[in-house]
Amino acid sequence: MTSSVLSVEGLSVEFRTRSGIVHALENVSFTVSKGETVALVGESGSGKSVTAYAVMGILDPVARVTVGRIVFDGVDLLAAKRSDLAAIRGRAIAMIFQNPRTALNPIRPVGKQIGDMLIRHGKAPRRNVPEQAVEMLRAVGITDPARRAQAYPFEMSGGMCQRVMIAIALAAKPSLLIADEPTTGLDVTTQAVIMDLIKDLAGKMGMATIFITHDLALAGQRSDRVVVMHAGHVVETAPTAKLLAHPRHPYTAELIAATPDSAQNLEELAAIAGSLPDLRRTDLPPCRYSERCSRKIAACDQPLPQAFLGASHLVTCWNPLPSENASGTRVSAA
Amino acid sequence: MTSLLEVAEVSKFFPVGGAPGAWRRLKRRLTGGVEKLAKVHAVDGVSFVIKEGETVGLVGESGCGKSTLVRALTRLIDIGDGHIKLGAREVSLKPARVFARDRDRAKIQMVFQDAGDSINPRFTAFEAIADPLRRLRKLKGKALRQRVETVASQCGLPLQLLARFSHQLSGGQRARVGIARAIAVEPDLLILDEPTAALDVSVQVVILKLLQRLKQELGMSYLFVSHDLSVVKLLCDRVLVMYLGKIVESGPAVEVFEHPLHPYTQALVTAAPRLHESANKRLRLVGEPRSPIDPDPNVCRFYGRCPRGTDACRTTMPQLRSFGQRHVACHFAEEFLPI
Repeated sequence: MTSSVLSVEGLSVEFRTRSGIVHALENVSFTVSKGETVALVGESGSGKSVTAYAVMGILDPVARVTVGRIVFDGVDLLAAKRSDLAAIRGRAIAMIFQNPRTALNPIRPVGKQIGDMLIRHGKAPRRNVPEQAVEMLRAVGITDPARRAQAYPFEMSGGMCQRVMIAIALAAKPSLLIADEPTTGLDVTTQAVIMDLIKDLAGKMGMATIFITHDLALAGQRSDRVVVMHAGHVVETAPTAKLLAHPRHPYTAELIAATPDSAQNLEELAAIAGSLPDLRRTDLPPCRYSERCSRKIAACDQPLPQAFLGASHLVTCWNPLPSENASGTRVSAA
Repeated sequence: MTSLLEVAEVSKFFPVGGAPGAWRRLKRRLTGGVEKLAKVHAVDGVSFVIKEGETVGLVGESGCGKSTLVRALTRLIDIGDGHIKLGAREVSLKPARVFARDRDRAKIQMVFQDAGDSINPRFTAFEAIADPLRRLRKLKGKALRQRVETVASQCGLPLQLLARFSHQLSGGQRARVGIARAIAVEPDLLILDEPTAALDVSVQVVILKLLQRLKQELGMSYLFVSHDLSVVKLLCDRVLVMYLGKIVESGPAVEVFEHPLHPYTQALVTAAPRLHESANKRLRLVGEPRSPIDPDPNVCRFYGRCPRGTDACRTTMPQLRSFGQRHVACHFAEEFLPI
């Protein structure tokens, strides 16, 4: 295994709300290697964004990390001091948020917002900041960057706002970029351009990327590895091509079958039975998919098989689909 | 098949950047001249036909005029120019506010993009579905309740959910309320504005299948607006591709997506992520779209972003030309015709 930039180990997060404790994440583990793009995929409510927020250390105050480690560059972020975190956040780990229009400051010109980032992380002498900000805008492919630097977010199209978000995220040259559904709400043509841009810049800077999406087809094209999440569990992790061609977890298989692109006509398209379980329940089964699963067997009521870090294809299932050569990494119980 | 909706040369322009009304009136009085305002050409000379029982897809990027066109067809706004014929009747003559109480109002209904935003938050699901029935069918009391319950079960909405407000419903259930409300008055044409954009894939499949079933049961025609080409391909018989207010390509959905003739459609089709294909063979578009404000009538709207773009594209606006069932507005469409 190459050196991992980030390793999330056995992370569990719960939210204490008035209507009960929401077990948002349970035993989530995955790693991201240098220069690698990892896609987090799953339905809404599966815990993709919570995972990202936990890594960034920007979870809501009602959230509590009950157990687990998030190791970034040898530092356990959960044990780090606030001041150390502040130095890592934005500088070493940057994030692109889902909706650029709400994430950008509406009453500050975009050039200034990029400048703020440069000043905060001391990436340019103060008098060079405006110039540098224009350079960043040019790097993300905005035409006429000097004029655009003066513009406010409302004066720009959605695609351009997203480019500004990327410029801000990349201003400090982070070693890990988290992109939370960076192209929802954008046109397919713009989406393709933005994804190309992230890939090009990540390649140039040797940056690792965590890419969150619910679009399996997009993840398939844009990632090296896919982590499939369901109801706060990681159910399957594999190299992208392998996962799409030979999914082992029943949920992954159903997710692929539900993607419109996989079918020739509507009849072939299969819906996923049931819905996510209520994560406030105290009697959640060990496998949170078992109540929706068509391959449920008696063993499914036992604690889930443990996923080992390091193997290339992991599936947390007692009765996975057969692999193509029948010698896949069926993981055993811990 | 007979045609249900005929749209001929429909245009809708919006004035932009005008001075406030009082100032404009004063200026007119002082100078005697009328200020000529710049106009956004949101929809510019669009013509097409929807046949009975047909599902037509409308695709294009944001800002291309899809929503304006759809709002003009549902008669929510007035059109500037052109004709909209529903069956034998010309419906574009009546102003939108009069048409709201017209007997044919029920014949064109719409399912809005985000059911969460388009359902009155103070209405329960029952009231949301009952509203058009009260206004257009004058139903009351027991008959109203019966009709609401019938359409709710047609749409797979459990009856005990009818008492809930929209924030108490899940995304899929809200989509069902939106659909039930639209089909309650038995329309001939249902316009669907990205009905599944806010839904997860698993829920999307269920809603798409529901729409397919309703169409067969009730014999409606659909105009399906979407930017998700793989969904359009599955659901639609024919597809219209729009770019900056104009239709640039139309034809049978499968043919258009498998052999796109217009460079914009080619870009659109290759940009859509596919499960088992890499992203490399994509046709890259450069730059931002041209401004829709007072565009030069002699320049192709796609010029500047088009990888092809020649001098002819800058001097002559390409018109829609027919190739069998397909229509393309590009000077070079022949080059891509399958032989």
